[in-house]
Amino acid sequence: MNNMKDKYNHFIMHVVLISYTLICLFPVYLLINNSFKKRRAIFKEPLSLPSEETFSLIGFTKMFSRVDFSIYFYNSTFVTLTTLFLVLLFGAMAAWALSEYKFKGNTMLGLYLAFGIMLPIKLGTVSILQLLSSMNLVNTLTGLIIVYTAQSLPLAIWILSEFMKQVNQELKEAARCDGVNEYQLFFYIILPLMRPPLATVAVFTMVPVWNDLWWPLVLAPTGGKQTVILGMQQYIGQYVTNWNAVFASLTTALIPILIFYMIFSRQLIRSITSGAVK
Amino acid sequence: MIFPLFDTIRISLYTQNLMGENMDNSSNIRAFIGLRNYYELFTNDNWSWHFWNALKNNTYFFLLHVSIQTPIGLLIAAFLSSKDLRFKHTYRTLIFLPAMMSIVIVGYLFNLILSNLWGIPQTILGVVGLEHIYQPWLGLKGPALITISLISIWQFVGIPMMLFYAALLNIPDEILDAAKIDGSGPMTTFWFVKFPLILPTVGLMVILTYVGNYNAFDLIFAMKSLYAGPEYSTDLMGTFFYRTFFGFQMQLGNPTMGATVASTTFGIILLGVLIYLFAFQQRVTRYQY
Repeated sequence: MNNMKDKYNHFIMHVVLISYTLICLFPVYLLINNSFKKRRAIFKEPLSLPSEETFSLIGFTKMFSRVDFSIYFYNSTFVTLTTLFLVLLFGAMAAWALSEYKFKGNTMLGLYLAFGIMLPIKLGTVSILQLLSSMNLVNTLTGLIIVYTAQSLPLAIWILSEFMKQVNQELKEAARCDGVNEYQLFFYIILPLMRPPLATVAVFTMVPVWNDLWWPLVLAPTGGKQTVILGMQQYIGQYVTNWNAVFASLTTALIPILIFYMIFSRQLIRSITSGAVK
Repeated sequence: MIFPLFDTIRISLYTQNLMGENMDNSSNIRAFIGLRNYYELFTNDNWSWHFWNALKNNTYFFLLHVSIQTPIGLLIAAFLSSKDLRFKHTYRTLIFLPAMMSIVIVGYLFNLILSNLWGIPQTILGVVGLEHIYQPWLGLKGPALITISLISIWQFVGIPMMLFYAALLNIPDEILDAAKIDGSGPMTTFWFVKFPLILPTVGLMVILTYVGNYNAFDLIFAMKSLYAGPEYSTDLMGTFFYRTFFGFQMQLGNPTMGATVASTTFGIILLGVLIYLFAFQQRVTRYQY
């Protein structure tokens, strides 16, 4: 009797979950599907898969003939990876300092970082733009990297120091007794232990940086320094009536993040649900 | 990180000669005028209508998020956390997917989907026989903001789902077993045992949504450009700030006024965070397992 009821409940749950999953995926399906179709097919049968007759790459060829997306891809990749490197390096060192050493202002510094997580750096745009333009960093990738690093560090330090506090005290003492100095301890013992949280931080850093529109729009809007998202936005702004090209450019901008998500979703979801981020 | 915030507040206390000089030139002559910019922003007709309009829209945007996104996220999380349900990994991976996409892509995509030319909503509504309720939602003054809010909710429902799911998983089995032995059914267990236990997470989610919503910019920019149309009915603090700061059409960019708008948004967000920290977080009961 009870078993029957359980089965019934599970059935309802599956129906709800499947419908919601479909709602989530349907727009993405529409996008990718239609970017591989001829113009007429997009309008006539938007829901069906491209057949031999309707398949076409015209959107992509049109798009690549007008703008050089490879530059944008290079810019985005360079900015994202450099930011990631700086955030992991400085983040890990700062987190180690905050969690291991007792010094004056330690708690204050921790609170200050919590503040940085809560308040978006976007609100300081006016000042940042002035500062960077006085340093001649407008329309450069360096400017973007500096801002993104500053934006991502508080969360990174916070996540990493939560984990570093859990490192076994005896392990550290044993290493120190063996004459390992503090730098070796950090680079050869602590960092290798921190691989899973570092991966978490990597995902949380890379995705927002890659997807961001605001800072490229404000800091590097011209001069071949656009990121993929901004380049796509500018391109669509110009050719909004060409549906093939619009679909193609949206798909092109989406594919890297989809691949990234396919590879890292397990890691990402595990880190969220295991309480790395509470 | 903190310096730009305070420097922005400082800049907001100045006025600037706007006779065609370019904004990158930091040697502009500026004069200190105290709180005059704020006074202008709140009361002068040139600014105040836009300001109050953006603030009102943004509040509406936030309330829609909280009242729709949170319950959906909670429902899905509750389903996913039930034991021996199959395929739960697949569900949560797919439902979280839109949250990974760039807001700009989502914005353009929905512009196409809801476009009159393409007619996707008519087709779908036609299947269930509700064709007549279709309207060009994005172009109408009232429904436009609701539609855009729903799109944003669609995209980010995965985040509350994940946080609630994680919180529900952390509840120890003994508590749930004890509730079962005491004769509590699934609904009672959820509302009287699980929900109070994850209340801190619900509060956290609300404040995260609050901060995110008052910062929203990309979605409106992608879907409606800076016009925030129709008739500024989808204008949010973010788009209003951009227009003020960089200028738009005939209006010149005004850095100090932009700083004023940003500082006001900062104040609004800070107020929310403080209310959360002192009124909610201090009072809510936390259970250690």
